[in-house]
Amino acid sequence: MASNAAVPFWRAAGMTYITYSNICANLVRNCLKEPYKTDALSREKVHFSISKWTDGKPEKPSFCSVFIRSLHLPDMVANL
Amino acid sequence: MLRRALGLLPRPIAAARARSFSTDLPAAHTADATFMEAWNKVMPNMDPPKTPLSFMHPRPPTPSSIPPKLTVNFVLPYDSELSTKEVDMVIVPATTGQMGVLPGHVATIAELKPGVLSVHEGSETTKYFVSSGFVFIHANSFADIIAVEAVPLDQIDANLVQKGLADFTQKLSSATTELEKAEAQIGIDVHSALNSALTG
Repeated sequence: MASNAAVPFWRAAGMTYITYSNICANLVRNCLKEPYKTDALSREKVHFSISKWTDGKPEKPSFCSVFIRSLHLPDMVANL
Repeated sequence: MLRRALGLLPRPIAAARARSFSTDLPAAHTADATFMEAWNKVMPNMDPPKTPLSFMHPRPPTPSSIPPKLTVNFVLPYDSELSTKEVDMVIVPATTGQMGVLPGHVATIAELKPGVLSVHEGSETTKYFVSSGFVFIHANSFADIIAVEAVPLDQIDANLVQKGLADFTQKLSSATTELEKAEAQIGIDVHSALNSALTG
């Protein structure tokens, strides 16, 4: 049910709380001093393999490691 | 359809009201007697497996008088910064403003905004910068603070903060869509909060 209460500006722009809080967290990580910055950013990295399926068989998987912030699956599939 | 929905509504609400808070519940017996008996029959020289329930300690009931200390749990997705630590006061950056939490605070849930969380313990004050999160204050003087990212203030680079603030101010003026504007606004908010945390 939609609420009539005032919503934060990021909610009005169509963001979810998860998106908002992840953006905030990333901005904070990017403002750290050096040894901590690398630590914090590498902690947020995800590693996975992705492969397209054609005719019921998977193609050769490609291995990716990206930051969660840039994780957008449709783009990655398009770039395969 | 609406009429039916309204008819259904009072029942779950009444049920939720009747149920006591999880902090008020007595400690439950986690070990099943028949299972233990069967286990000891089969494997008498091995400890029975532990379930998540056996690792969870029930919270103490609300005391009748206000305790001298506030018990704080401060957790991040990758770390536990403070675990049942007894402190005098915490000041959290709630969206409604800085909120000081002392023992005996009324039970509250508050959303956090990017800002400084300070933990006061005697004459010592530990300050963290939290990106966003929530604080749950329980009636028994327990406070649970959860944040996505929190760093001690001395790990923040002032030059990067200034650079980020300038970048996002520029981005806000050139933003065209609502989403871009919101992202730029978040950038300005976070960097301004970082800036005021470092200067003030």
